[in-house]
Formats: sequence, structure tokens, C-alpha cells
Amino acid sequence: MKSTGKVTGIVSNLVTVLTDGPVSQNEICYINCGGTRLMAEVIKVNGKNAAVQVFESTRGLKNGDTVEFEDKMLEATLGPGLLSSSYDGLQNNLTTMTGVFLKRGEYTEALDHRKLWDFTPIAKPGDKVIAADWLGEVKEGWLPHKIMVPFAFKGEFTVKSIVPAGQYNIDTVIAVLTDADGEDANVTMTQKWPVKIPIKGYREKPRPSRIMETGVRVIDTLNPIAEGGTGFIPGPFGCGKTVLQHAIAKQGDAEVIVMAACGERANEVVEIFTEFPELIDPHTGRHLMERTTIICNTSNMPVAAREASVYTAMTICEYYRAMGMKVLLLADSTSRWAQALREMSNRMEELPGADAFPVDLSAIISSFYARAGMVVLNNGKTGSVTFIGTVSPAGGNLKEPVTESTKKAARCFYALEQNRADKKRYPAVNPIDSYSKYLEYPEIEEYLSEKVAPGWVQMVEKTKNIIRKGREAQEQINILGDDGVPMTYHEQFWKSELVDFIILQQDAFDPVDSVTPMDRQEYMLKLVLDICDRSFEFEDFEQCRKFFNEMINLLKQMNYSEFKSENFNKYQEQLNNLINNGK
Amino acid sequence: MANKAYQRVYTQLESITKATVALKASGVANDELAVVDGRLAQVVKTKGDTVTLQVFSGTEGIPTNAEVTFLGHPPVLKVSEELSGRFFNAYGEPIDGGPEIEGEERQIGGPSVNPYKRKQPSQLIPTGIAGIDLNNTIVSGQKIPFFADPDQPYNNVMAQVALRADVDKIILGGMGLSNDDYLYFRHEFESAGALDKIISFVNTTEQPPVERLLIPDMALTAAEYFAVDKNEKVLVLLTDMTLYADALSIVSNRMDQIPSKDSMPGSLYSDLAKIYEKAVQLPDGGSITIIAVTTLNDGDITHAIPDNTGYITEGQLYLRADPDSGKVIIDPFRSLSRLKQLVIGKQTREDHNQVMNTAVRLYSDAQNAKTKLENGFDLSDYDLRCLDFAKEYATRLLAIDVNISIDEMLDTAWELFGKYFTKAETGIRQSLIDKYWK
Repeated sequence: MKSTGKVTGIVSNLVTVLTDGPVSQNEICYINCGGTRLMAEVIKVNGKNAAVQVFESTRGLKNGDTVEFEDKMLEATLGPGLLSSSYDGLQNNLTTMTGVFLKRGEYTEALDHRKLWDFTPIAKPGDKVIAADWLGEVKEGWLPHKIMVPFAFKGEFTVKSIVPAGQYNIDTVIAVLTDADGEDANVTMTQKWPVKIPIKGYREKPRPSRIMETGVRVIDTLNPIAEGGTGFIPGPFGCGKTVLQHAIAKQGDAEVIVMAACGERANEVVEIFTEFPELIDPHTGRHLMERTTIICNTSNMPVAAREASVYTAMTICEYYRAMGMKVLLLADSTSRWAQALREMSNRMEELPGADAFPVDLSAIISSFYARAGMVVLNNGKTGSVTFIGTVSPAGGNLKEPVTESTKKAARCFYALEQNRADKKRYPAVNPIDSYSKYLEYPEIEEYLSEKVAPGWVQMVEKTKNIIRKGREAQEQINILGDDGVPMTYHEQFWKSELVDFIILQQDAFDPVDSVTPMDRQEYMLKLVLDICDRSFEFEDFEQCRKFFNEMINLLKQMNYSEFKSENFNKYQEQLNNLINNGK
Repeated sequence: MANKAYQRVYTQLESITKATVALKASGVANDELAVVDGRLAQVVKTKGDTVTLQVFSGTEGIPTNAEVTFLGHPPVLKVSEELSGRFFNAYGEPIDGGPEIEGEERQIGGPSVNPYKRKQPSQLIPTGIAGIDLNNTIVSGQKIPFFADPDQPYNNVMAQVALRADVDKIILGGMGLSNDDYLYFRHEFESAGALDKIISFVNTTEQPPVERLLIPDMALTAAEYFAVDKNEKVLVLLTDMTLYADALSIVSNRMDQIPSKDSMPGSLYSDLAKIYEKAVQLPDGGSITIIAVTTLNDGDITHAIPDNTGYITEGQLYLRADPDSGKVIIDPFRSLSRLKQLVIGKQTREDHNQVMNTAVRLYSDAQNAKTKLENGFDLSDYDLRCLDFAKEYATRLLAIDVNISIDEMLDTAWELFGKYFTKAETGIRQSLIDKYWK
């Protein structure tokens, strides 16, 4: 028996409801506003009064309007067809909505119920299965989409029957399972799962031991992110957060990418809608859109659905991870989500924490980041969710609650720096303040030595040292003047500029330079380190500047040329000549 | 606002603050309008049968037995072609002595465009100002503010940009505009002979601050009418958004909300986003472009208003007085147009991107040289060349009084590169050097 209620108070999208029966925290309800059903979520209960956050505008809502509770939490619909879809934060399909404007109370199906999928069974009658075990698969694009025992099924089941290979829609019963008590349960290709609860259904969650390539040198070379790892990109506006995230989305070495545009600009999402169907995945040669799901709750869409959007996105990621896939989740920006929490906390007149954010902000953020990770499935295969979130610190000041809470939760930190952005040194990632904790993992060090080059981590450390020394030299030059320091200071400074221009800086809009595969990163880093290992003789600092400028110019031309192409080799030769004459 | 038979009338106020009144009433809808003692007000909160109303023109002199009439609808604007060339107040009433507008009533602050139905902005809007066209190209469907100190000529620049831009309609939303500035805009628009394509919604400093809250929604409802219904290219000018945000904080304060950073309401980001995100390129060719002004307090962009704005808008344009050239320039370091990549090198010449970045980098080298000079060090030959370049670059390209085509801007930049630097020092891709080096 579902509870009902009546509206007794309204402040913006926070509505108080007098209920006539039991309600649970985070339960979904619908408010009848003049014939339009508005979806809302219970966020606080006090006696018979439930405070609900409405996922839509409450314009025209009146006290006394009726409310129906649904006896379930906010759920994501999971099944084939998620990829290449575009959803709002509540998983309404944006592409099937009518009209140019979003209509209040218009909710659309997440998946296409008519489309037929080529199903191939994996399990056989008589097999013993538990939740998340694979029963069969369909081809979704080029990916084997596993049809699993629903995550909500508890205990062990026996496969009673399974349909033969063939074409079915998602609502067809493809298997019947019998539980320990002999009760039969039907399984279709789709299932629902409450977004705020992590999907388990795996054997263990080991430490990440591989690197996820992004093609961005300042990440892959200097501070790599692990497959199944977590990272975050804080930065003031205008520092290239979104450009960097899009670059990772386009080039990331993942099988499935979920992008959550959370409270950000609509035109950025349009950019994805427009470009992704055209772009080719550098790893598989297929269209990027085929492996991408977009969850989009832009800044002008209802605030309460912002929070839901990141959870919906994470649930979809966990679903694909349970199929043994490499999944990458990008959320832009988690600060907007935190602000949505702040708005509600404020309306509920809770005692505020720092900067008026709710006091449990830190706990909310860390439990969300904890949902990422690499897992070993029940069948021994592995799957992973790598999560990179952006943070938009107020005033560009990293000492604010969202950044600080995220720093505690994420293992990689990519600090975008205003100063670098002002100088158009993109990507504006500060190479020294940024870090990747994964470089300290022995298993990662071993992996890099084997896959990239022996002693790679030491080379990376050396590179960072060149930058540090360059900074020191620059400070001395600024204090003492060009003539007041020994020539070695100039050389030190220019060596760090060489690293900066050739390794750190990367043109995200250049067709060649925008993606650097790992073998090319290795080649260029070794080349640059080789130059830095040499010592040169200069008459004066002008000569030093000129010499390094010429080297930087040639190396940049190399970055702009196809790897080991004729042009590339030509510039390499010019560089060699220059270096040999410069000694 | 004549009383109609079915309207509910109340005469007992429970409480009065500077911006709100509360009373017991039933059947009241959220966001509904009411008239309190002859003044327009809007429902902002209901709790049990207590309704809180925000009175736009302030509550001075309102008695506890004031007559309150609920109108049964949220704020509306009458839209039709008749809007063109007219001046209105915050309630959408004519202030130019002309007749009332006949047209369809539209609720202001309506729903958002489905992001999937949007089109990618792709039309360059040339302004003739190199600080914009060369370094921070504006595209139709974009939203971008000027960040300026109060003493800078931002309203003049806005008027210039508006009159040069190739659009079908220009809609001015003036919030807390001084009467002088209002008359300035009116004069500029009239003398340019462009009045028939301009619509203005104006709240001057003489009028109550809370009324300002209606201005952006009024202006954007009119903009949506022309862009959606008539498929026109609409440019919306909003000045000054800082005063709009100040009005928001007044209301939230009166409603006892816990303030967040800089005593602004916690919902500031969403409130501003609701306005700016109305900028859109529609599938049928219409578009809304928003150029706004956010005044800064002593150049402080970490204040909550410019900070939140920066996260919402697609870039920002900084005005700065440049002592070397003696001109007001568009600061190339802090200014940014996020959508410029959509048109640079596509609707402009292939060398645009590299020329733009190189010039800014060399200008930044000049700033380093300046720091050295200030610290009393000898300057190298390169430093001196950078300084000379910077001065000419500021005068001939960054200054806001420049009015040339984009090709001319690029040619000017190449000329300056050739005059002051070697090819290697520019670091530009060889194929472009071969073609354009002067």
C-alpha cells in the first residue's frame, strides 16, 4: 500500500508534505500540480512531515496539492541501449522528448523497448548462478553487452531455462531462474537499480595495477592515472578544465565512457553532441559516440536533479564494469553538485558547515569516489571504473570545502594554474603541485618499466626535478638579474623551459599534437632528457636563450608532425646538427 | 490591475520586513503575483496557510491592514512585433509615452531549451574590435560578460558592439542604470537610426532595487519570442549584473536565509545560470546571444558575483586602462572567449589561431621584461624588442577604439612580428611562416 500526502509548504523546490502513512528516506514521490506530475525525492522526515526536493520548477504548486509516494528510491534503468544515449539527470532520454523546450513533468523511457538485440546465451540450464553472473550477451555497437542475473537477486539460483540465440527486445524473458526454495524468477534484458547504492556483485577490489592512457602528456608522462583510479582537476574558470576533460574523453583508453555534465554550460554538452558522432576513437577506429553515454543536467536545469545526475552516471558505470569492461567516468563539475546540496541544506535551515556547505559534504564526496575502482568479478575477469571529476573552486582558491574534501578522496590531483593559463601554456596543469599517488605503487612502477621503458618512474622524477630546478633558477634570475647569476642558472632555467614547451604544453586543437600515444611520449621524453643531460658552453645568456629557442622551435615542429614522418625526421636531423654544433 | 470578481482579497498582514510581507491566505500558488497596497508582489514561500510575498518596490508605508489581491498567475509579458523600438520598465509597461502593447501573454522565466535540441553556435559576430575579434571572437548563441571596474567605459563599449553587430534585434536589459546612462543608450540607438530593432527594459537607480529582479527575465522572454517564434538573431545586453545579484542578496537576507560567500545567497550560481543559459543557437536558425556587464570591486574577480559568473559564461572580457599606450584595452591575459575555437581558422584565416597565441605570448614576455625593468635590472635586446612590440600591439590591436576587419588584424600582427622578432622567436608553424611572414 503506497502512502499519499498533501503539500503544506513550499520554498522554491523544497516542499513539505503531510503524509498519511510510512515513507522512507530518499523515496520517490510525484506531486500533482494542476494535472502535471512532478517528480520529487524525500530528503528529510520529521513526524508526519516529509521534506521533499522537487526535480522540477514548483511554479503554480499550491498547498493542499496531492502527493503519491512510490515506495522505491530513485532508480536507473540498465540494459542494452545505454551507450550512445543522452539522458538528463533522472535518466530521461533527451532525444525522444518532443519540442524545443523541456516540458515540466515530461518523463521519457531510458531504453528503446522495441529494438531487437542479437542475443547469445552464455549460461546453460542447470548452471548455478548468483547476482551479476553472466547469462548471455548481445552486441551493443561492437561491445559484448552481458545480460546478467539482476543485482537485486539474493542467494544462489539455478538456471531453469534460457532462450536460444536469436533476436529479442529488452522486455523478453530470456531466462528463468529457480531459487533455493524452488520459486521461479523471470529475467529480462533490463533491470533497475537504486542509484545511491553501489552495485556490488564482484569478488574483490584489488589495488589498481595498470595505467589508463589519455594521450595527454602532462598526465600520462608526469602524473599518470591508474585504470580504476580516481583523479580530480580543480581550477579557476578559464584555465581549460573542460578542454582537458574533453580531451581525456576523446582519447582515453577505455571501452565505455560516461560523461556527466553536472550543472555546467549547455553549449559544452552541445559540443559533445555535435563532435562525438563525428570523431573516431583512436584505439578502436569506431565512432566515439558508440561507446559514450552522456548524462546531462546543465546549470539551468532543475538543481535537485544535479545531485541525481552524478549518481545515475556512476550506476551506469558500475553496470558496465560488472560486464568486465574498462569504464571511464568524467564528471564536470562536482562543485555544482555540492552547491546543489548546499541550496537544499540552506532551505531546510540546517546548521551550516564551512562556506555554508552541509557538514557531511566531505563524507558524501569520499563515499562517491570510493565507488570507482578495479574489481575482480565472480568469474575471475576484471572490470574497472576510472573516475575523474572536475572541481570549480570559488575564487580559484583551493582552500575551500569542495576542493579540500575531494583532495582527501582522490588519488590523482591535476592542479590547473591561472598563471600558466594566462600565459597560454596549455594544458595549464601545474607539473609540481600536481601529483599521482599511483607513481608510488610498486605494481604500477613495475608495469611502467615493462610497458613503457625500464626505469620510467625514475625518468619522470628526473623530469620533475628539472622543472623544480628551473623554477629556482628563474627566481634567482628575477632577484639578481640576468648578469648577476652564473651562466649555469640560465642553462638550468632554459632546460626547464624546454621540458615545459615540449612535454608539458600540448595543443589540444592541433590534429597531430592533441593525441600523443605512449610510445611517442617515451621517445620525446628521452630526447628531451638527453638534451638536458648535456652541458653546453655559452658566451652569454643571450646566446643561451637563442640556442634554446631554436631547439624548442625544432622540437615543437616535431610535435606538430606525424610521428617518424619525413618532416619529423627532417626536424630531428636539424636538431641533431644544432646540438652537435652548440657544444 | 482591475479587481475581478473571482480574485481573492485579504486585508490582514501578519508581518512586514523591508522587502517582504506575510499573511494568512489559502489556495495560493507558488510564484503567483499579488498586489499589496497597490504594489506588485510575488509569492516566494508558503508554510501551512502563511504566505510570504516579495514586494518588488519595497514595503515602505505598507500598513498591516493593506489590501492584498492575488492575481492567479506568475509575471507575464505581452509579446508581439509591437515591442520593437519601445522602452519598458521592469513590469513590461511602456515608459516612452507610447501605447500599451497588444499581444500574447507569456510567463517570464519559462522553461529551458532541451540541450539535445540546441545547435552548436557557429556564426561569428564581428565587432571590429581586435581585442574581441582577434583574441576573443564572439559567436552567436554565446554568453559573455565584460568584467570592468565601475569607472571604465563599459556601457559605451557595449553600445558600440551592439550597433556594429549584425543581428536582427537588440534587447537591452538595464538594471540600476543611472538616468544618464539610460539617456546615453537611448541617444546612441536613436542617432544610429537603429531604434526599430531595439527593445529596452530599464530599471534606473531611481527605482527600487528589487524590481531589477524582473528585468533579465522580461528581456529574455522578449528575446525568446523573436528567436523562437520569428527565427531571428537576437543580441541581449544586460547591464549591470552585479546590481542584479545585489538585489538577490537583499531578498534572501530579508527571508532569513543563511548567506554563503560574500553574503550572497547560496543559490547565486543557479540564479545567474538560469539567466545566462537562455543564450542559445536554435535548430531553426534563431539565436540568443548575451553580452553582459559585471562590475568589479577594485578588480577583485574572486568575489562571488564575478566568480560565479565566470563559471557560467563562455568566457569574459576584461577592460583595463593601459598606461603604456594610454588607452583602454581588452586585457589579453584574463579575457577569454570559450567558443572562439568554433570559428577561428574556420570562418577566419588559417593563421588566426597561431597568430593570436603567439602575439599574446610575446606580450606576456613584455610583461616579464617590465617586471625586470621595475626591479632595476638591465634589459636584454630581446626584452627591449618585446616592450616596443607590446606598446604597438596595445595601440594598434588591443585598444577598444580599433575598428578593422579580422584579416586586417592578422596582417597587422604579422607586420609587428616581422618588425620586432625573428621567425624562430615566434615559434609559429613553418608552413604559416612561409606563407604570411612579412
